[in-house]
Amino acid sequence: MEKWDNNNAWFLVLPVFIIVAFSAIIPLMTVVNYSVQDIFGPGERIFVGSEWFKETLANRRLHEALWRQFLFSGLVLLIEMPLGVMIALAMPKRGWGVSFSLVTLALPLLIPWNVIGTIWLIFTRPDIGLFGFIINSMGIAFDHTASPLDAWITLMLMEVWHWTPLVVLLAYAGLRAIPEVYYQAAKIDGASAWATFRYIQLPKMRGVLTIALLLRFMDSFLIYAEPFVLTGGGPGNSTTFLSIYLVKLAVGQFDLGPAAAFSIIYFLIVLALCFVFYQVLQNVGKGERV
Amino acid sequence: MAQVELHEIAHSYLRKPKGESDYALKRIHNIWDDGGAYALLGPSGCGKTTLLNIISGLLTPTKGRVLFNGKDITSLPPEQRNIAQVFQFPVLYDTMTVFDNLAFPLRNRGVHSQDIIQRVHDVAEILDLEPFLKKRASGLDAAAKQKVSLGRGLVRSDVAAILFDEPLTVIDPHMKWQLRRKLKEIHEQLNLTFIYVTHDQVEALTFADKVVVMCEGEIVQIGTPEDLFETPEHTFVGYFIGSPGMNFLACTLDGNVARVDDVGIPLDEKTAALGHKALGKMELGIRPSYLQLRSKQEEGSIPAKIRAVEDQGNFKIVVLTLPGKTLRAKVPEGKPVPEGNAWLVFPKDKLRLFANGRLVR
Repeated sequence: MEKWDNNNAWFLVLPVFIIVAFSAIIPLMTVVNYSVQDIFGPGERIFVGSEWFKETLANRRLHEALWRQFLFSGLVLLIEMPLGVMIALAMPKRGWGVSFSLVTLALPLLIPWNVIGTIWLIFTRPDIGLFGFIINSMGIAFDHTASPLDAWITLMLMEVWHWTPLVVLLAYAGLRAIPEVYYQAAKIDGASAWATFRYIQLPKMRGVLTIALLLRFMDSFLIYAEPFVLTGGGPGNSTTFLSIYLVKLAVGQFDLGPAAAFSIIYFLIVLALCFVFYQVLQNVGKGERV
Repeated sequence: MAQVELHEIAHSYLRKPKGESDYALKRIHNIWDDGGAYALLGPSGCGKTTLLNIISGLLTPTKGRVLFNGKDITSLPPEQRNIAQVFQFPVLYDTMTVFDNLAFPLRNRGVHSQDIIQRVHDVAEILDLEPFLKKRASGLDAAAKQKVSLGRGLVRSDVAAILFDEPLTVIDPHMKWQLRRKLKEIHEQLNLTFIYVTHDQVEALTFADKVVVMCEGEIVQIGTPEDLFETPEHTFVGYFIGSPGMNFLACTLDGNVARVDDVGIPLDEKTAALGHKALGKMELGIRPSYLQLRSKQEEGSIPAKIRAVEDQGNFKIVVLTLPGKTLRAKVPEGKPVPEGNAWLVFPKDKLRLFANGRLVR
């Protein structure tokens, strides 16, 4: 068969190209454009090269926000992953209990994020909030607007309540996909419940848990709406995460150049970490053991 | 090693079974001898796997008792029954090496690690798995995986019986043959009780000393492959064993002659006498390989039309029609087949008479 050049083929990829251009490439390039210029007003700008990047990388408040972000995401994963798997294991396997627990668990996922912040803001208020009032009336002083520790505890509770169900749903789907025959073989081999979990359930759930881990890491690393509503980054800067600081910089102080440089660095950090996570999880348990 | 006794077993998957039809297993009552190689043969959905799972303890029967060496173990869970089971699809612990897979049942039972190493190497040698011991189990081919599943059963020195649930379904044809021979070897070497579920009659007949034929939740016949072929006790066995299955003709008895519509087929006296005592719908059965074709009429022969001849290589299947009936005859290669019409001869000693589906005897 003879081949011939037909440039009309480009029209086939054009729609996708246009969509991706407007949704990703152009916004990203705009940010890149801002990050290398100092903008004073419309038509008034000067090229500053890598100065914003240098300034951002040396910014102490950003370093603090970054460590805070790592601490937050680390805690989220440490709590939500095991908790989600445990709940999935404890869930009923058949009957009406399945739909009941699935719907109940999915409820927090359906609530808009800023509403979640508002719910917990009220829930933990020492004067009228159910949680805050009960804790305080037991003699423990609890106020997330005054104590950084209390603010973190409230945030973590909210985050775990909000997102553990996602891990549960994924883990549950993974568990249900394991053929019954594996459990039968394990029974015949005399495997304990722990051995069944360790050698059958956990390996078979690796795929869904990878997805859960990536989703939970990205979401928690990019968290904005809930802490913004609940604590506004306070008290002090104790809950100022990267995205909250970024918005303060870009919208509050209108420093578009540094904010753009910050955005790019932020983006690269998330991208790099997701890549590392993915690679590690794909290759875990694949090497030959001697 | 153990003798397995099934005492009046019935099983239903419903919580409150009402009629007979709610039972997957209707009434199973028999003894499986220690060291026997049994094949459990039957069409899909006849209750083979249910029966196997009852023996291994994965299911508790609705009624009846299971005894190993005379000891009632009906309520014991699988891990306390010293039974091994190989499933249709290879079940492996993917993250473990072949060695760890084989050692797993022993480790769970707290066996001393020195003994584990010894046992695993012994079993690996029997199964030709030694070169793979340090490999990850997930990387093996299907046949080797199935060997590992079998090995997890063999590795326990106290194992009473090994149950196979259609273990060769996912294996390539040429490996199937090898693996089946390996199983036979292992059986001879270790003298364990083997119970092998299959719906493939060739597999059952070549593997087992005794074949247990099941149909709709009941055992219809237990016998050697020869018994099943020569004297099927039920029309189902006649039809299910052999390829093609037995020919059946509805008939009535008239003295020593079986009347099929208006033609008479002579029977021997003993069969005819037994037939007169039996009640119910009578059927005459004959294996296709015993049906003889003649090109000329002779005494006791019956005319039939030849509708088709299927050449199967080393034999031919001749499809014949009597008025309203179809018969099949198996003719060895090289033997001439008459054209158009043929005279059928029914050898008296090969004719079997059935009343209501059961062999008359």
